[in-house]
Amino acid sequence: MLDFIARRLVAIIPVLTVVAIFVFLMLRLTPGDPAAIIAGDNATSDQIDEIRRALGLDEPIWTQFIIWIGNVLQGNFGESFFFKKTVAELIAQRVEPTLALAVCTLIIAVVTAVPLGVLAAYRHGSLLDRFVMGFSVLGFSVPVFVIGYVLIYIFAIELGWLPVQGYIRIGVNFWGFLERMVLPSVTLAVIYVALIARITRASVLEVLNEDYIRTARAKGLTNRVVLMRHALRNAAVPILTVIGIGIALLISGAVVTESVYGLPGLGRLTVEAVLSRDFPTIQAVILLFSVVYVLINLVIDISYTLFDPRIRY
Amino acid sequence: MPNTMPSTMADPKKPVLEVRNLSVSLPAGADRAHAVENVSFTVSPGEIVCLVGESGSGKSVIAFTVMGLLAKALKPTSGEILLEGENILAADESRLRELRCTRMSMIFQEPMTALNPVMTCGLQIDEVLETHTKLDAAERKAKIIAILDRVKLPEPERIYASYPHQLSGGQRQRIMIAMALVLDPVLLIADEPTTALDVTTQAEILKLIAELQAGEGTGVLFITHDFGVVAEIAHRVAVLRWGELVEVGPTEKILSRPEHSYTKMLISSVPSIHPAHRGVRRDGTTVLRTEKLGKTYSGNAFFQKARVVKAAVDVDLDIRKGETLGIVGESGSGKSTVARCIARLIDPTEGKVFLGDTEIATMSARKLRPHRRRVQIVFQDPYRSMNPRITVGDSIIEGPMNFGLKRDEALDRARNLMETVRLDPNSLDRYPHQFSGGQRQRICIARALAMEPELLIADEAVSALDVSVQKQVLELLDEIRVRLNLAVLFITHDLRVAAQICDYVAVMSKGRIVEYGSAEQVFGAPRDDYTKALFSAAPGRNWEFGKFAA
Repeated sequence: MLDFIARRLVAIIPVLTVVAIFVFLMLRLTPGDPAAIIAGDNATSDQIDEIRRALGLDEPIWTQFIIWIGNVLQGNFGESFFFKKTVAELIAQRVEPTLALAVCTLIIAVVTAVPLGVLAAYRHGSLLDRFVMGFSVLGFSVPVFVIGYVLIYIFAIELGWLPVQGYIRIGVNFWGFLERMVLPSVTLAVIYVALIARITRASVLEVLNEDYIRTARAKGLTNRVVLMRHALRNAAVPILTVIGIGIALLISGAVVTESVYGLPGLGRLTVEAVLSRDFPTIQAVILLFSVVYVLINLVIDISYTLFDPRIRY
Repeated sequence: MPNTMPSTMADPKKPVLEVRNLSVSLPAGADRAHAVENVSFTVSPGEIVCLVGESGSGKSVIAFTVMGLLAKALKPTSGEILLEGENILAADESRLRELRCTRMSMIFQEPMTALNPVMTCGLQIDEVLETHTKLDAAERKAKIIAILDRVKLPEPERIYASYPHQLSGGQRQRIMIAMALVLDPVLLIADEPTTALDVTTQAEILKLIAELQAGEGTGVLFITHDFGVVAEIAHRVAVLRWGELVEVGPTEKILSRPEHSYTKMLISSVPSIHPAHRGVRRDGTTVLRTEKLGKTYSGNAFFQKARVVKAAVDVDLDIRKGETLGIVGESGSGKSTVARCIARLIDPTEGKVFLGDTEIATMSARKLRPHRRRVQIVFQDPYRSMNPRITVGDSIIEGPMNFGLKRDEALDRARNLMETVRLDPNSLDRYPHQFSGGQRQRICIARALAMEPELLIADEAVSALDVSVQKQVLELLDEIRVRLNLAVLFITHDLRVAAQICDYVAVMSKGRIVEYGSAEQVFGAPRDDYTKALFSAAPGRNWEFGKFAA
């Protein structure tokens, strides 16, 4: 097991190297000059050159890369071109809303989708099953921002139950935080409910045909025990895999959701940084996402062992 | 629940199970209207009744109907099933749940899949006690340890905490038996409980079931297709065909004086365990020779010590033209590994394989290709060894066409081969699912022969077939061997089959050949201890199944 974790952690290094080179090159090879954007519309070319020199963008690309990677290895992600802060500070400020959104979304998704999927499998072919499957198709096909605006219209504007937009830090006012988290999380959760419910249904349905389910029934167990104790745990591995992929996809979902609900999170930071070609910020955020992605996959792989004793690393 | 037992229980002569005129209908569109029709039989306390029949005879349907575990598509339409006088067909779901594992229990064919892989064995038995008794945790644990001991599992405490995958097939079946018998039911239904097990394990499990049921006076409904097992364990036998009961009677009478023509045909199809006299070795040229052939699997690990499995060690074999060499052994003995090494489906790690004069064990893939044609395999499961999406004709001609034959010529050859294997040559454009298991295996043989091989490997090629179909396929294989003067390597776990089809037999155990000689010598006067143990475990070895005119 330790052997496995060690190997996986070592494997992060080549992944990050490739990501770092790729992001760095893509940003510099695509059109758009940050110096020109900072200088504004009325700047002379001398002023722009001046800014470019100040940002270190006049150096050859490979020199820039070596300086940057050297700093990153020392834990220094540089200073944002625009926000006049270090990138580390910037990310630290923006992490909380995104993290909160991700956690709430996952909780909502798992808590609703898994029971729905199990019920759909147990009563497959029934009205409930068809409803769950229909909802899944809908959840997949309606874009996140449409769901967001529809929910805002109904619950914030028409019914006035929840605030339209904005964010309050969890430490400042917990209730206010929760109020402002409900709609974004539900919005983002829809697609995950659809995805996880579908996988749960398929996975449980397959397990229900297994011989040991017949054995469990032959013992005289009730359907509930057969379903929850025997079927679900055996169906867990594919469900976990999809949840893992889901967490990775959350990052892109967060960009849209944070924009719709005005949450000052990493998603919006990414959009702002890309639009203003804030190289250090984009590079740092992408690297951060890569690390998170690799670590989440590792955690998911390890969690398999909790559900299935046959899996050993 | 013990306190809800019907009063009829007290009468020792009263049967524990009485099936009266039972019919179970099949869904519309099936090949017949009823899975089971008008079946009546009884099981008395302390009695083992064998339900015998080929696949599709409805024997498992009867078992599942008794347990109330029938698939939703199947419906009992008439009759009664009386468990100690109580009609189970009239019982509701909650009453059935009460009866399961307390009055009637069931064990299944596949101990590998019948246990939940993610729960410890102890907890799986504990569930039974938790559901049906009011015992506290310590009492339950004590009862479980006691029953694990009774089914002769070593170190009950360790087994209690083990997951199924940590145990062998035989041990898992013992867990199933322990689970089924922990509450002393009056009826035990055993659905092919030893079919998936090795012959020595099978003998132990049969002995265990017989001992336990005799001790407790349990009535056993034992489902099997194997007459060897019947001869070994049954008090009475009921023979089923197409859902109808054709004959019931005491074991000795059914086996030695069957009345119904179907029973006669079935029993006549059972291969004898005494080898047929096939004459001395012919002086054919050697087709295949292996020299110290070996296959070692080794895992690679980063920090830990790598795991090494020796699947085959120092295997020396030779087969001449027109000769059948059998490799017999239990699962994991390495017999299939050897076959696959010879066909280079896997690469041997040691030794040499000579095909004629060509050494192929170390040949590169590119150089090997022209020699591939010379060795062909027929696999065990005809349902999975054919591509369901292409016609049988295309399956047969694919190989020859890869070796340059024109489509028309290949089709001509396929038509001839279909006649050779006694199938309609005009059915080449049909798909595998339109054929029965036996027919599919014939097609697989035709597919192998289409390559005009020098060596035909049959890897458990008749093991998945019913005994009457098995007999036909064996006869066909032998006829083809004689006609084409073909060398055949026959891999099997079934000693009876080996005795009937092989000129020479190699017995394998733990990757090594422990005995190698003519079939008459190996079966008649085995020298190795393992071979002797294997033969003495063969079910029904003391029974010579007669050949009856139908």
